[in-house]
Amino acid sequence: MKVVLQNLTKKFPNRNKKGDDVIAVNDFTFEIPDGKLIGLLGPSGCGKSTTLNLICGLEKPTSGRIFFGEDDVTNLPPENRGVGLVFQNYALYPHLTVRQNILFPLQNLKGAAKLSKAEMLRKADEAAKLVQIDGLMDRKPSEMSGGQQQRVAIARALVKMPKVLLLDEPLSNLDARLRLQTREEIRRIQRDTGITTIFVTHDQEEAMSISDMIVVMKDGIVQQIGKPQDVYDNPINLFVAKFLGTPPINVFEGRVSGGRLYVGDDEVLRVSGAEDQPVYVGIRPEGFIPQEAGPLCCLLSGVEVMGRDTSVVSSHPAAVSVNVRSIIAADYPINREAETVRFALKPYKVYLFRKDTEERIPFEAV
Amino acid sequence: MEYEQIEQRARRREQTRKTLTYFFLSIWALIVLFPFYWMVLSSLKSYSAYNSEYIPKFYTFAPTFQNYRDAFTAVPLGRYFTNTLIFTLATTAIMLVVILFAAFAFARLDFPGKNVVFALFLALMMIPNELVIITNFVTITDWGLRNTFTGLILPSVTSVFYIYLLKENFEQIPDELYKAAKIDGTSDLKYLFKVMLPICQPTMVTITILKVIECWNSYVWPRLITDDEAYFLVSNGIQEIRENGFGRENIPAMMAAVVVISVPLIVLFLIFRKKVMAGVSRGGTKG
Amino acid sequence: MENKNWKAWLYLLPAIAFLGVFMVYPLVDVLVYSFEEGYNSASQTFFGTGLYNYSYVLHDPYFLQAVKNTFILVIITVPVSTGIALLISLGLNSIKGLRDLYQTVFFLPYVTNTLAVGLVFMILFKKTPYSDGLVNLLINWFGGESVDFIDGPYWAKMFVMCFYTVWVVMPFKILILTSALASVNQDYYNAAKIDGTSRWRTFTRITLPMISPMIFYLIITGFIGAFKAYSDEVALFGTDLNAAGMNTIVGYVYDMLYGDSGGYPSYASAAALILFAIVFTITVINLLISRKNVHY
Repeated sequence: MKVVLQNLTKKFPNRNKKGDDVIAVNDFTFEIPDGKLIGLLGPSGCGKSTTLNLICGLEKPTSGRIFFGEDDVTNLPPENRGVGLVFQNYALYPHLTVRQNILFPLQNLKGAAKLSKAEMLRKADEAAKLVQIDGLMDRKPSEMSGGQQQRVAIARALVKMPKVLLLDEPLSNLDARLRLQTREEIRRIQRDTGITTIFVTHDQEEAMSISDMIVVMKDGIVQQIGKPQDVYDNPINLFVAKFLGTPPINVFEGRVSGGRLYVGDDEVLRVSGAEDQPVYVGIRPEGFIPQEAGPLCCLLSGVEVMGRDTSVVSSHPAAVSVNVRSIIAADYPINREAETVRFALKPYKVYLFRKDTEERIPFEAV
Repeated sequence: MEYEQIEQRARRREQTRKTLTYFFLSIWALIVLFPFYWMVLSSLKSYSAYNSEYIPKFYTFAPTFQNYRDAFTAVPLGRYFTNTLIFTLATTAIMLVVILFAAFAFARLDFPGKNVVFALFLALMMIPNELVIITNFVTITDWGLRNTFTGLILPSVTSVFYIYLLKENFEQIPDELYKAAKIDGTSDLKYLFKVMLPICQPTMVTITILKVIECWNSYVWPRLITDDEAYFLVSNGIQEIRENGFGRENIPAMMAAVVVISVPLIVLFLIFRKKVMAGVSRGGTKG
Repeated sequence: MENKNWKAWLYLLPAIAFLGVFMVYPLVDVLVYSFEEGYNSASQTFFGTGLYNYSYVLHDPYFLQAVKNTFILVIITVPVSTGIALLISLGLNSIKGLRDLYQTVFFLPYVTNTLAVGLVFMILFKKTPYSDGLVNLLINWFGGESVDFIDGPYWAKMFVMCFYTVWVVMPFKILILTSALASVNQDYYNAAKIDGTSRWRTFTRITLPMISPMIFYLIITGFIGAFKAYSDEVALFGTDLNAAGMNTIVGYVYDMLYGDSGGYPSYASAAALILFAIVFTITVINLLISRKNVHY
């Protein structure tokens, strides 16, 4: 099922002071292709959860429309939309067993859609098998681990074969190891079922790793939509560049002058296609190459060896943050005793942003 | 279009449900408020007007305050009022001190047998008042304390439940504060009043409010222990007014007395609404 | 350390002293009284020990009447008040506007002097030669016959008694249930909504199980409270409850102790212990049932 969001806007009345309405989602337009896994990504308060609530019908948009396929569902009550929602805290009914929890949505069906008891049990078993909890059907939620509860929640959402599956921060309550495991699991389940799935997260790594497409939001406004790698490689503005990637991108004060790009006083690249102006320079951690005579000179503060890679922590007077973090292959020798370290830059890992609007400035390295 | 129908039906159902809910809530609000309205209304009708209404009227165009004057002059309502005030304040104040010390000992001090004593205290919570009031009546009578404030006050100056409530609250204060105070040479008593009491002020306020309500409305014990009108509290007073009040059945004046008795607690409630409701849901029982 | 112990007991002294004199000693004493036959409170003498007091009380028609009244009161008011309170709380929880106002109004009976407001109820329901009273006026409007609810037939008096009791106990129940309902995580309802759960099913399968501990708490405290009913009855029917035929067990205890027929602490003690036994049994039964039915 394709999901279309058209100029979707949601305003909340400001409760504290008599001020303007709070705009949680602002003019969101996006066509989610059928059968894809979409990650809604942004810092807390960016409107991603509200977007989710609008799609499933728990909230009504102030303006704009929502289509499932060709059907306009904007004002349809949630139960008629055929969506499945997995809550951040799972919202499993604590007094019901796993089986009863999974059966619950099926028992709501009325009229022609009503199923026989055996049919319901079969479907519940199927859903449980899909998320691999079929051995735990008679337990209560309180007797299960967080990861298991998560699976039950997904099974409950899937059992009625929703047209769209929505997941609200599905991994945030799990520990680091389970998180890796579960996100693969979500990916697998989505592939197996082919259900259009939208999930909300503030963790960029989570979104990047399993989504077919990601939507980066900030303050209710969509910043960028695209395939994870495309967005990472071509961030549209400084916010997106900073939000994606671990360790995060390094930002410097710089300027373009006469076809040359300066970071602080260091001339780092020759560029064309960018006008002379002060800029922010963003350099991905993997964009640094240690070089005896490299143009960027940093004060070395530490070297962390992390097996495959080496992380070099240094500082630079023009850097916006205290530390400049670069990731280099372990086979480059670094003199740990030296006071400074010099880098050459990979031009395609360097981005320029306007100082005023923080928008990306396209340029070509010469 | 089918979807439009579903939307419309959902909207209509929601609207009906909302209307019914408000209607139902308003009915109960009416049932709650009507007695209050009627008591104020009746208290403002003159004696003759009230008694000439074979079919009671829902309004009056000639309100009079004569009934309120009567309530304070023809019957000693003022004295009942003062008695209740004294009783309420004294009982509450003494109880606060007693439970404060007891809760402090349980929460902060270590002594042999503490757990046993506390368990015994908790066991006492299950004893209904009706069971012990008989002996207390005999005891107070034997001590010659009938028709005295002492006799009224003494049996109700401890509450195991409030000790328990306060102790739980005290125990939430981190140990470190006590140790720090000890190192600074603060005495136990000073620590209790300067540190614990301010921190646990909300609980103390809750307990005070609950106790004041309880005292103001207490009826059984005062009825047993006083037969001299000079020591009647408002509850007994109103009963006395009803039975031998104004020399005749003067309902408007009686209602004026009822209004006067009801007003203080209602005002107290309206001022401390949030606190009272939070307190009652934490530690109140009635019904 | 010695010094410290001594101090701790000093802090506890007032509480222990008061509880000892006015709770522990009476507890023992009430047992003793109940077995002392023919105790005379003036001379403090008795002429035997045994079960005579219990037998007397159990054969006293006033006591039997009081037991009957109390049981009817309990059986009617506890379910009715809990049920209506649940409905009202559900209503309160589903609205946004005016919610504070309704809550405040509904709480008012809690802070009123039940003796005083009981008089208002008495006036509303009473039929006198001068006026049939307001409630009868309403009954007449709907084509009914006037009834004296205060001095009239037994069922009418019982009705007023139950009505007033419900009116009085409602605020506490509404308060507890409203906060129990509010503490149910909204996500459960959202999940149910998305799954298309009907309102009724949401209520029976989610809301009720979630608040079942609080409902049982209210039922237990409700039973205990209703068994101790007394002052509400005095407010409606006056201090001579035996004459009105509306006495309760607690009322019987006090009347035995002190009052027109009073001066018999032994009978009062026996009656009080019987009451305690009844309440205790019913509470234990309640707890056993709730253990089976409260889900977590």
